[in-house]
Amino acid sequence: MLTVISRVFQFGWKNFTRNGLLTTTTVAIVTLSLLVFLGLILFNVLMSSTVATLEDKIDITVSFKTITPEDEVLNIKRSLETLNEVKEVKYTSQAEALEIFKERHAGDEAIIQALRELGDNPLEASLNVKANKTDQYAQIAAYFENPVLGRYISNVSYAENQVVIDRLNSIISNINRGGFLATLVLILIAGLVVFNTIRLAIYASRDEIGIMRAVGASNSFVRGPFVVQGIVSGIVSAIFSIFIALPSVYSVSPYISQAIPEVSLFHYFLTNIHLLFIYLLLAGVIVSGLSSFVAVRRYLHG
Amino acid sequence: MIAFQNVYKIYNGSSVALEDASFQINLGEFVSLVGKSGAGKSTAISLLIGEERPTRGRIFFGQFEVNKLKDRDLPYFRRHIGVIFQDFRLLSNKTAKENVAFALEASGRPQKEIEDLVPQVLDMVGLGDKLSNFPDELSGGEKQRVAIARAMVHRPEVIIADEPTGNLDPFHTWEIISLLQKINQLGTTIILATHDKDVINSLGKRVITLDHGRVIRDEENGRYILV
Repeated sequence: MLTVISRVFQFGWKNFTRNGLLTTTTVAIVTLSLLVFLGLILFNVLMSSTVATLEDKIDITVSFKTITPEDEVLNIKRSLETLNEVKEVKYTSQAEALEIFKERHAGDEAIIQALRELGDNPLEASLNVKANKTDQYAQIAAYFENPVLGRYISNVSYAENQVVIDRLNSIISNINRGGFLATLVLILIAGLVVFNTIRLAIYASRDEIGIMRAVGASNSFVRGPFVVQGIVSGIVSAIFSIFIALPSVYSVSPYISQAIPEVSLFHYFLTNIHLLFIYLLLAGVIVSGLSSFVAVRRYLHG
Repeated sequence: MIAFQNVYKIYNGSSVALEDASFQINLGEFVSLVGKSGAGKSTAISLLIGEERPTRGRIFFGQFEVNKLKDRDLPYFRRHIGVIFQDFRLLSNKTAKENVAFALEASGRPQKEIEDLVPQVLDMVGLGDKLSNFPDELSGGEKQRVAIARAMVHRPEVIIADEPTGNLDPFHTWEIISLLQKINQLGTTIILATHDKDVINSLGKRVITLDHGRVIRDEENGRYILV
């Protein structure tokens, strides 16, 4: 059994090294398909970062009337934090609000003078609430419709920003859905291209398959080397892909950072290069090996 | 023992390739299957090695009933036979030595045995100096000798040769025929399908003549006679 397995691997390797043109064509196509696959992974990283940036821009600010005792605001904060939909609540006291206001208008002497003349702090304390998911803001906003809280609240920003939040929600869900569909379609196309290339390569060997069977080779002994050849093509293509991708991502990354400053694609690529290589290796080996396995099957009769 | 019992092969319901063919071949015989092109020689061989199935009738090879063999069992059955084809059917990306070794490797023989046996057999067919040549680097006669070496290397009970000299000049034709005769003298049954009159007449062995798919003559020490 061990002898047979060793022969299958030897033959697969010899087929790979001796079928120059067919091997080159197959490796080129599998490499291109793996680059598409890698491109999709990186595209999804970009999309996730974009979505995260957009999501980060959404929040609800609840302002409290100046008469509201600080303890009451902190109670509301604690009770908000118990809600499942709430990710984070940030409290800004009246004093902090005043400091921020002063910093923002530091150069505007008229406003600073007016504040001084007022004596009391006219700014309101506020709670800044972030939800776990962007579609949960409506539920959080509903929480403040409680008449008991109404006594203290002067304004909830959700009502003003509802249209923008809804639009962002719709953009985010469209990006997610579109990205998923595009990924699925492109992976399918890349897989079919690889399958057809390998099918053609094996079609060219159909006579040889007949000869092997005529001299007494079992189906697994005929099929094995083709599957090994496919697996080797997958491994070599994965290595080529990662080496082609490295300089490509390096040269594209600055342009992407200009558009989305939060993302450094090259940094992501470098820090995840092992994982990305494993993905490419698995995709290459599985698609090429499986394609060979399926493609040989039709010639294993008679 | 090989036996065809009332075998029919009809393509597309109407094209009769073999009709009620019955004959028996015993171990150690040298039998020629003769007939014009389309007489049914290649069909008979195709049925015997299980490449095709008869429309009707039974074909026996030793303990095997060939017409009942499943696809997955055919390779194991074929290890009892050596086949030589007109178009050589060598594996183009393997050397002469690897082509011959393949038949042994496929049946799981140990590497040591293969390393010893293959050069000997190639030497026997006069190709001891061409072990590392690929088929593209060999002449027609040399390719056919590699095919013979491959057919005989696993010491099959029967060697079936389907028009083995069809693509060869007269000199190489006689070279191949005398090789087959030598193999037969060593005890292997030979079934030779051919339409080469000179070859048949000089062999002086049993001749089964086919015409339009029917066995019309079966003679010991036969000659090439077509109606």
